[in-house]
Amino acid sequence: MSVDDELVLRVDDLVRHFPVKGRLPFTSGGVVKAVDGVSFDLRRGETLGIVGESGCGKSTLARMLVGLERPTSGEVRFGDAVVHAARGRNLRALRRRIQIVLQDPYTSLNPRRTVREILLQPFEIHPDVLDRGRRLDRVKELLDLVGLDGSLHLDRYPHQFSGGQRQRIGIARALALQPDVIVCDEPVSALDVSVQAQVVNLLERLQRELGVAYVFIAHDLSVVRHISDRVAVMYLGKLVERGPERLLYDAPAHPYTKALLSAVPVPEPVGRAQRKRILLAGDPPSPVDPPSGCRFRTRCWQATETCAITEPVLAGGDRAVACHYPLAAA
Amino acid sequence: MALLEVEDLRVSFPVPGSGGDATSSVHAVNGVSLALESGRTLAILGESGSGKSVTAQAVMGILDEPPARVAGSVRLRGRELLTLTPKQRDRVSGEEIGMVFQDAMAALNPVYTVGEQLGELLRVRRGLSRSAARRRAVELVDRVHIPAAKDRVRDYPHQFSGGMRQRIMIALAIALEPDVLIADEPTTALDVTVQAQVMELIAEIQRDSGMALLLITHDLGVVAEVADDVAVMYAGRIVERATVQQVFAGPAHPYTEGLLASMPRIDRRDEELYAIPGAPPNPARLPAGCPFHLRCPRADDVCRATLPVLEPLPDGRASACHHRKELLHVGG
Ligand SMILES: Nc1ncnc2c1ncn2[C@@H]1O[C@H](COP(=O)(O)OP(=O)(O)OP(=O)(O)O)[C@@H](O)[C@H]1O
Ligand SMILES: Nc1ncnc2c1ncn2[C@@H]1O[C@H](COP(=O)(O)OP(=O)(O)O)[C@@H](O)[C@H]1O
Ligand code: SF4
Ligand code: SF4
Ligand SMILES: [Mg+2]
Ligand SMILES: [Mg+2]
Repeated sequence: MSVDDELVLRVDDLVRHFPVKGRLPFTSGGVVKAVDGVSFDLRRGETLGIVGESGCGKSTLARMLVGLERPTSGEVRFGDAVVHAARGRNLRALRRRIQIVLQDPYTSLNPRRTVREILLQPFEIHPDVLDRGRRLDRVKELLDLVGLDGSLHLDRYPHQFSGGQRQRIGIARALALQPDVIVCDEPVSALDVSVQAQVVNLLERLQRELGVAYVFIAHDLSVVRHISDRVAVMYLGKLVERGPERLLYDAPAHPYTKALLSAVPVPEPVGRAQRKRILLAGDPPSPVDPPSGCRFRTRCWQATETCAITEPVLAGGDRAVACHYPLAAA
Repeated sequence: MALLEVEDLRVSFPVPGSGGDATSSVHAVNGVSLALESGRTLAILGESGSGKSVTAQAVMGILDEPPARVAGSVRLRGRELLTLTPKQRDRVSGEEIGMVFQDAMAALNPVYTVGEQLGELLRVRRGLSRSAARRRAVELVDRVHIPAAKDRVRDYPHQFSGGMRQRIMIALAIALEPDVLIADEPTTALDVTVQAQVMELIAEIQRDSGMALLLITHDLGVVAEVADDVAVMYAGRIVERATVQQVFAGPAHPYTEGLLASMPRIDRRDEELYAIPGAPPNPARLPAGCPFHLRCPRADDVCRATLPVLEPLPDGRASACHHRKELLHVGG
């Protein structure tokens, strides 16, 4: 294995079930299978995109990756350490290496703290990373790195910034402790198109300069294609397909991937009347009571009896698909 | 005469805490002119805060005046709407112009069933009997492709998924068979698969009824898929107006050009995205000259000093840029 292929994260059969309350007191309503057996590797310096419809478990997965949520079963390994088994010092050390950037720049920053305080905080939690006397310089460097003027912005509060600027502050905070992995949960979804491009370019530049790996979660498939080396498609708590960006977008093997891609509006009016579109019926089923066998079968145009009985497993190496009848490359 | 004509529409809001000082207000819409023909789709494209929703609300007549100050002209089949009494205006909205919003939950009444809301509209506005209104309500829910419409009319809005609620709002908007449907970011909150369903439904209704559609969106992909004509808004003004083919073949305004270049594509992977520098301006503090000059790669002294007006080009489109002619020659 070459240095470039070094794995920074190994995610193995990760599961998170949430109990739901029943309609009557003292009854149980079953469990929400928010994440239900997700596995993947993340290599040093690469970007793995994760796409899927609302409620399919992306944010729950993100929170488990950074240790904010306990898995029901399965594990996340960082190097030799298991993220959720770590305690005390070890846990702090791990937290430092895996950071998160969230969607909503309006709520992910404490409104009562200045930018200076927000960016000094990581060093207060991890005091051994940097001497007290050098921290302010580092904070200014971080602001420079994300394209904000370090001398100008230090004493302002989050509400004094635009959405794009707030997202830059969130990224600076995630970078403060020089992590190996940043999990980005919908980092540009709340931004205007023009500002979104700035933040995407910033994330790409930081990766080139710092070698940080991203798990980039978004529902916008075009943004994910642009930024990712590899992409995983999630449906009702499971990965249904995973592969290099180019293969997955140009020759999807799972019917859901194909339908999802075909639903994305194409920014080219010429030939739109001839464009073929797969219209999926209805909404994704409830994660409380997912369909038997293949979870996609209630919306799949290829479903057979086998699909209702036997659950397809995610099979393959770098290019993997969970379907009994994967689509042939066009 | 077009079906809907908007001329030099201006909307401003007093800035709170300014003590009613006439000089301090947010100029949300600064002289918008549009025309929409039967059966056509006009997309208003722009980033947040550019004045798209305020334009739509002024056309629909649902802004509270005061505080909003509305000036200019909105004509439907030649009839001026801005000078109507509130009562006359109410009749126009719904019967002649219908509207759907981004947030269906906020637009629907949570304490009445879907059938009650549709039924009441039909009884009050169409004078239908209780049973006729109920039958028609079921037809409408079925028309927007909600399965088991007969049963679902008895459900409350919260019992539907986001995509279904959007369909119900469409059913309400078309219940009185309006000539114009205004849709303000109707699919922005939805997943792409559900967005495709809802856009297909709107297109289908439009094909059947010949209704005109004023579609408000920030999504260039949606524009390319459904619009006939496009009006690009920036800082409360239309900066470019053209057919959808013209816009995508080569924009006549640097802002449109920047928007197209900054969008990642689903059908290919570009090395780097173009990023328009800076952020959309605060409408309470617009810069002098061209409102885009602080972000525009072509800005010069003329741009910094003089506001460009929307002027026609030989090919029928219009652009509010001092350098519009050069732009077309360079861009091809
Ligand atoms: N704390 C919780 N308790 C109960 N159910 C939860 C909890 N957190 C998430 N869920 C449920 O788990 C499922 C997955 O949620 P999650 O937030 O991970 O989805 P997502 O893919 O991030 O969606 P979106 O695209 O809307 O952000 C949903 O059905 C959600 O309602
Ligand atoms: N009721 C209101 N009072 C004051 N300002 C408003 C009001 N409605 C909208 N605005 C302001 O008008 C501008 C245009 O808003 P809007 O039309 O909603 O933009 P968008 O293009 O995102 O739909 C914004 O700056 C907004 O803050
Ligand atoms: S396993 Fe069957 S139902 Fe599932 S995606 Fe493949 S063909 Fe469709
Ligand atoms: S008028 Fe000048 S600043 Fe404005 S868009 Fe045109 S070139 Fe740019
Ligand atoms: Mg989420
Ligand atoms: Mg709006």
